[in-house]
Amino acid sequence: MIFQTVLFYAFAGVLLLAALGVVFFRNPVHSIMCLVLAFFQSAVLWMLIEAEFLAIVLVLVYVGAVMVLFLFVVMMLDVNLESVKRGLTRYAPLAAIIALVMTAELIQVIWLKGQEAGLTGAFTPYPEGYNNTKALGSVLYTEHVYAFEIAAVVLLLAIVAAITLTMRKRPGLKVQNIAKQVAVRAKDRIRVIKMDPEERS
Amino acid sequence: MIGLNHYLTLSAMLFVLSIAGMVINRRNLILLLMCVELMLLAVNFNFIAFSRHLGDDAGQVFVFFVLTVAAAEAAIGLAILVVLFRNRRSINVDELNTMKG
Repeated sequence: MIFQTVLFYAFAGVLLLAALGVVFFRNPVHSIMCLVLAFFQSAVLWMLIEAEFLAIVLVLVYVGAVMVLFLFVVMMLDVNLESVKRGLTRYAPLAAIIALVMTAELIQVIWLKGQEAGLTGAFTPYPEGYNNTKALGSVLYTEHVYAFEIAAVVLLLAIVAAITLTMRKRPGLKVQNIAKQVAVRAKDRIRVIKMDPEERS
Repeated sequence: MIGLNHYLTLSAMLFVLSIAGMVINRRNLILLLMCVELMLLAVNFNFIAFSRHLGDDAGQVFVFFVLTVAAAEAAIGLAILVVLFRNRRSINVDELNTMKG
């Protein structure tokens, strides 16, 4: 139990540091790397409370797909960092005040009201032989099957929307028209003209 | 003893940090999107902690759907970002005022 506590604090600390890095690094690529670190730490923390399936999904989907998408976009766009950089600290005092007030309120609610509501104490351990993936699958495909299919449709929608948004026809682009090339005949290309020889002057 | 309180506190700090990041990085659209991702992560922390506390797997199923929608949101958001950059040559939020009316 002590070991788990130490692990929790270590990974939570790195998670918060990585989140700070996301917010405060100037270079977007560094921010994305910090975000990747934050997702990894979260996956470990979820694993600590035996949510293994979602931890693996977080690593596969987020680190493997979404973060790579972010990296691609950041590297494709030639963002002028200087124009983004200036005026950065103008809102910093406001942000600090908002953050401090909200943190204080949330911690107050969680620790003081949570004690009254009986939300403290360690998690009750799962029974022997509990399989998180199996448990999730057994409710996902029975109780929540319609929501599951709607999720699939949402992903399809995302594909279609992303492709239609970013696809463009540039004018003046040289492309092959295969049908026209195949359908061509010799007499369309060469015209034989009969004419008398011209007099040399 | 790590319990619900610790996870809720961590999630609250993460959430607040990403809100602060949104206020600080008001100029860079990519960073705003990344802060949204962090916020969703904090929400997922809450879901999983409560699901674990109550012993109900429905919370974790919900996290699954949140992840799905977040992936779709990231894809569409980045597509809009790319189109925006193509048209305006900038992702500075301050310059996006053509719809002011």
